[in-house]
Amino acid sequence: MRNAFADEITRLGTIDPRVVLLSGDIGNKLFDKFKDRAKGRFFNCGVAEANMMGVAAGMALCGLRPVVYTIAPFTTTRCFEQIRVDVCYHKAPVIIVGTGSGLSYADLGPTHHSCEDMAILRTLPEMTVLAPGDSTEIRLALCQALTLDGPVYMRIGKKGEPAIHQKEPNFRIGRSITIQHGTNVCLIGTGVMSSVMVRAAKILGERGVSARVESFHTVKPLDQVTLAEVFSKYPVVAVAEEHGRIGGLAGGISEWLAAKDGPCAKLIAFGTDDTFMHEIGSQEYARRKFGLTAENVAEQVHARLLAARSKHTDPAAVG
Amino acid sequence: MRTAELEKIARTIRARIVENAHRTNTPHLGSCLSCVDILVAVYFNVLRIDPTRARDPDRDRFILSKGHGAAALFQVLALRGFYPESMLETYGQDGGVFAEHPPAPAYLVGIEAATGSLGHGLPMGLGMALSARIQAQSYNVIALLSDGECNEGSIWESAMMAASQKVERLAAIVDFNKWQATGSSEEVLAISPLADKWRAFGWNACETDGHDVAALVRLLSNVPDGSGKPVAIIAHTVKGKGVSFMEDDNNWHYRIPTADEVTAAKKELGVTA
Repeated sequence: MRNAFADEITRLGTIDPRVVLLSGDIGNKLFDKFKDRAKGRFFNCGVAEANMMGVAAGMALCGLRPVVYTIAPFTTTRCFEQIRVDVCYHKAPVIIVGTGSGLSYADLGPTHHSCEDMAILRTLPEMTVLAPGDSTEIRLALCQALTLDGPVYMRIGKKGEPAIHQKEPNFRIGRSITIQHGTNVCLIGTGVMSSVMVRAAKILGERGVSARVESFHTVKPLDQVTLAEVFSKYPVVAVAEEHGRIGGLAGGISEWLAAKDGPCAKLIAFGTDDTFMHEIGSQEYARRKFGLTAENVAEQVHARLLAARSKHTDPAAVG
Repeated sequence: MRTAELEKIARTIRARIVENAHRTNTPHLGSCLSCVDILVAVYFNVLRIDPTRARDPDRDRFILSKGHGAAALFQVLALRGFYPESMLETYGQDGGVFAEHPPAPAYLVGIEAATGSLGHGLPMGLGMALSARIQAQSYNVIALLSDGECNEGSIWESAMMAASQKVERLAAIVDFNKWQATGSSEEVLAISPLADKWRAFGWNACETDGHDVAALVRLLSNVPDGSGKPVAIIAHTVKGKGVSFMEDDNNWHYRIPTADEVTAAKKELGVTA
């Protein structure tokens, strides 16, 4: 994912003289092409994220389009007040990129995990929150984020994540993408969990359950059109994110659901628990620990679907 | 503009600030009075600005990083012609834009950055100064800081980056009135030696009397100074300057003057209207 980001920001920086890249002392070599093609528009701001965010806001107020890049917790929670005041209060068009988001850096310990970033940034007025699902979505999201006139937070993974799109999809910020159609349940993924949802759908398919999969690359603003459709159409809707179950995509959908009229689907949220991970482990280990695997999603969704069906068909449950 | 005229404007502004604090029941009087001469020097004799073309891309930028001095800045902007003085009658009123800190630039002409939380204005100013370089423009950026504000780590993060980037069109003025909200800036976080701190961070630092308008104009007119370094001006000031019973008394960080005190202050300042 980060290579796709580097390639796309280089392409955009080459054609748009307003694009400036600010890095918090990471991405050694990753941005060599950008530095070469967008001369004078790359800044290693050092390990000083509060200043970096303020500098970006100042640049945006002068007509530039700064993109701030560092590891997710350091570009979000570390400098939250600068994002709130300098960026959002000024409605400064700064694109904030958090790399290695979620559990990407599980093995580096909780200082490097970011399972709160979307929850926190989602609260800020003017802010758009994106979690692209693969390299294709990153390229399209970055390109489109540059056309907005306000701030954007984009969380991305690290490298080697599977592709979820075989061909270029129709990408619009604020509209989810249907990866596959299905008739029995709907699986919503955001960020790197979209590919997990594709695999969960495959497992469900082997059990005779037809699952629709949606890539919710935009966490704010929510795609209310798609939500209204899927929560009316399916008995079960599952949401998965490499993020806490508090305040992220499932949190946002819950807020939306609370105000929704009429009967609607059961929401099953898959995300990290309300805890720090004190033991070390790989990203795969961490995902298993929190149930963020295709197998677990398929299992839980299938069980809930069967329960919903039996409730529906069992006369004792009806009256 | 001649020094005598600038000093007269400064007295008028001080009187307006004291009146405003009484009328609107708002604090930070001491902090506003300490920076009046700096604001007058900057706005009337240093900045290359035109209130009729307030968004000219090549204008000099001024950021009140010590946002709690807004009541002073608002008076200066009015006298400099950005908006009529009568607009200030809405200060502190529901639905207005004049509050105790500068609003977002889109909401008030003449404002370059919304501040109030300390340690934000200098980094934003640095971003603006770097933009001038990127966009091949030649404007200067001046940020006015308080000594208490130098408690913030983001100020020193910004100081280091400005030095590493050799941003010479950036000046930081510290309104060094020796006080912060609840105590002396020396006692709270051992601020001295302040000029040496800026020098150690790679800036050209100098010290001056922050109430000497002519000296301030002279120093600021020399930015950039050709050294390739950003410029720090440590402006020694007196909190509550201009009103004897407020000077160097930190109670006036929050105290509101009575009607009699307003009359006494105006008499001292020689302002009758």
